Amino acid sequence: MSFIAITVLALLFGALLGYAAIRFRVEGDPLVEQIDELLPQTQCGQCGYPGCKPYAEAIANGDDINKCPPGGEATIKKLADLMGVEAKPLDAAHGAEDVKKVANIREDECIGCTKCIQACPVDAIVGATRQMHTVIIDECTGCDLCVAPCPVDCIDMLPVKETEKNWRWQLDQIPVKQVS
Amino acid sequence: MFNEILERIKKGQFWQFPGGVIPPGKKALSNNVEIERLPLADKLYIPVKQHVGVSGRISVEKGHRVLKGQPLTQSMNPLSVPIHAPTSGTIEDIRQHVSNHPSGIPEQTLILVPDGKEEWVDLKPVSDYQSLPRATLVEEICSAGIAGMGGAGFPAHIKLSSGRNIEFLIINGVECEPYITSDDRLMREHAWQIRQGIDVLSHILKPRHVLIAIEDNKPEAFAAMEIAFQDNPAYSLCAVETKYPAGGEKQLIQVLTGKEVPSKGLPVDIGIIMHNVGTCYAIADAIFSGKPLLERVVTVTGEALTTPQNVWLPLGTPVAHAIAQCGYLAGQQKAKRVIMGGPMMGYTLHSDLVPIVKTSNCILVPSDKEMPFPGDEHPCIRCGACADACPAGLLPQQLYWHAKAKEYDKAQALNLFDCIECGACAFVCPSNIPLVHYYRGAKADIRIQQDEAIKAAKAKERFEARNARLEKEKLEREEKARQSAAARAKRQEQAVQTKDKPAVPAANDRVAAALARAKAKKAQQAEHDSDATRQVETATTEPVKDTTPGDSNSTEQQSRVATAIARAKAKKAQQAESTSALSDEPATQEGDKAADDDPQKARVAAAIARAKAKKAQQTEGTSTLSDKPATQEGDKPAGDDPQKARVAAAIARAKAKKAQQAENAPAAPEFELENSSHNEPDAQAMPEASANAPESSDDKQDRVAAAIARAKAKRAAREQQSKNNEQDD
Repeated sequence: MSFIAITVLALLFGALLGYAAIRFRVEGDPLVEQIDELLPQTQCGQCGYPGCKPYAEAIANGDDINKCPPGGEATIKKLADLMGVEAKPLDAAHGAEDVKKVANIREDECIGCTKCIQACPVDAIVGATRQMHTVIIDECTGCDLCVAPCPVDCIDMLPVKETEKNWRWQLDQIPVKQVS
Repeated sequence: MFNEILERIKKGQFWQFPGGVIPPGKKALSNNVEIERLPLADKLYIPVKQHVGVSGRISVEKGHRVLKGQPLTQSMNPLSVPIHAPTSGTIEDIRQHVSNHPSGIPEQTLILVPDGKEEWVDLKPVSDYQSLPRATLVEEICSAGIAGMGGAGFPAHIKLSSGRNIEFLIINGVECEPYITSDDRLMREHAWQIRQGIDVLSHILKPRHVLIAIEDNKPEAFAAMEIAFQDNPAYSLCAVETKYPAGGEKQLIQVLTGKEVPSKGLPVDIGIIMHNVGTCYAIADAIFSGKPLLERVVTVTGEALTTPQNVWLPLGTPVAHAIAQCGYLAGQQKAKRVIMGGPMMGYTLHSDLVPIVKTSNCILVPSDKEMPFPGDEHPCIRCGACADACPAGLLPQQLYWHAKAKEYDKAQALNLFDCIECGACAFVCPSNIPLVHYYRGAKADIRIQQDEAIKAAKAKERFEARNARLEKEKLEREEKARQSAAARAKRQEQAVQTKDKPAVPAANDRVAAALARAKAKKAQQAEHDSDATRQVETATTEPVKDTTPGDSNSTEQQSRVATAIARAKAKKAQQAESTSALSDEPATQEGDKAADDDPQKARVAAAIARAKAKKAQQTEGTSTLSDKPATQEGDKPAGDDPQKARVAAAIARAKAKKAQQAENAPAAPEFELENSSHNEPDAQAMPEASANAPESSDDKQDRVAAAIARAKAKRAAREQQSKNNEQDD
């Protein structure tokens, strides 16, 4: 009797699980999506992969988590939490963490070659052939990719201007003394 | 619920908010003298943005003369209010100037040099506000540039344009922060105008009841307001307990109604709207006299001043001017220290050129004795005093740990953003920890992180959109290339078909015709040349002709010469023929192959084929003395395409051969005469000749003919030889 009951239950749950596997199937790799969420999306390629998503895939496949200079320590920490690995310092081979920058085209020097437009991974440069180009600052991720292709070197990477909105309270001003 | 609350209020029984502190008030410093007017500053620094929200667009230019009350910016956005010229004068400059903000980051500022004439623009007071629609009044208030004057600086018209049912309109005259007495003095001196402003507000908002809250440490103000409000039962004056921060919006709502504003919500969500008494005064000014917000009452106080007092300061007045007018005692401070706002929530200014803005209610210049610099920060001893003091019911100690460790998600889980930054926790902290600084830092970091997250999401979206676009463009290009290739191939095929069936005039036919004409001309020239050579040749062959029939029993020498010439000619003809055949065949093969690939290649191949055909023809022509019709016919079709070129070449060859035959003929008849009986079998006896000529029937005939001729010549030669041998024997 018990044998029959167990068998029936096993079949029942098997069928249920089988149905659930089909019905609630997750498309794609959710881990890659999660990692991609944490990356800064500058699409700069400093990690050695052509964009943030490919690096996310690489991390999911076991690559190091410390190859993203724009994300810096904060991103490494989050990735370490997500992946359940030890946070390591940023890999210096891929660059150092820097202040946030945006590209700026010196407009009177621009010859309108469109090379930077083709290089920009987020379409943040507007302009046309033989017309002056300019950067949409709000869309620029500061990836640096437009600087090299410019034949007249008229693109600078300028630090993001500090405003009241992005100002951080200076905790350094508070005198912190070691109490021994 | 509403009636219950009202009953309690009438009885004077209020609720409590959790925590709170009772710091020394220090209000007596400044609340005993009337609000004064100071002489105008030399320059007014008017920041474009003086409130929460966005700044308007500057509508004046450098060098313009402006009148008092003239708008300097246009509000472009519902969240922006205009600023106005506080006095008449000239705009000296529009540039970056240190801002009235804890950061001191420079911001766009208009610099006005007053001319002292105080010339007003035409003021348009509203005569009968009760007859006007609400929207018009709200618009008036907006264009008067009124932003909340309690400290937050929220544009007043936005609070007024809510369409919800309002239970309570609360007028905040609590002024709980130590030192500050500007609202106190305003209520004492201008209670009636405040009442007028409240009338306008309640006309717009139609609340069920209006509560005017005044802390019980301001009995004079309460008395003055009581007189002003006594006639209307819809107004209730509430003397609330003196406890910091009772003047906080959420805390005051809790004290008066017992209701709590939901986290991340607004008072309007629970049917309450709150305005500061200063705002009510400004609204009355705007509606009844048409004056925009140009000046405000500022408490200039502190023990480092000889005459702490409340003053009317035009917006844009630099702090330095106000301090100097109130008698700054430099000896009381080691270094100049000016605090904007009160001691609890204010911030130390970076420069004394910071202008007064719509939200500035106090300039505090404390002596070093009065307000010593904060002592060293000691470690948290987990005493819990901060949690007891927190008016928002938060856990300041935990927030401090998480903020310090930058564990912002945990800090947010503990409702960091419900912190009103009142400073009560830091006030009670025995370890001198500047807790609010940590929270502000954490909040700023979290906001920046959120902004970055939004930006990252946008960047990702744009990146993916770009990739998708590039991919699409690539596919489109490939598709287009494939289509055009197919179209070209089809056209090519059609072209070949139509040219097989002759006479379809097309563009390239015309070109071909032109080419053919050119060639014909050339050929004609060549013919002239060849005519000449032929004449020479006929001249040379004629004697032979003449002599051979002449003496039929000619000498062996002569006949031998004739046969030698015939042999040589036959050989030459054969050679030329074979070379032309050889050169022709690969050319046509190439042409055919290329035609399958693509039209351009086909065209090139055709050109090559034509060139080869032409060469072959030329060699033939030179070797075989082609005549006029042959070249013309041969050239014309050669211009068209490889197949035609082949045909043409074949025809040319045939003609050449005929010509050769004709040439050989003079010699052949001689042999025919001699060996007429061997004529037929000879042709059959030369199978290799016919095997060599596989191409066309014409060609075959020609070849057969040539072969016959050769064979005959050969036989004649052999016979001659045997004859010679016999003779020799």
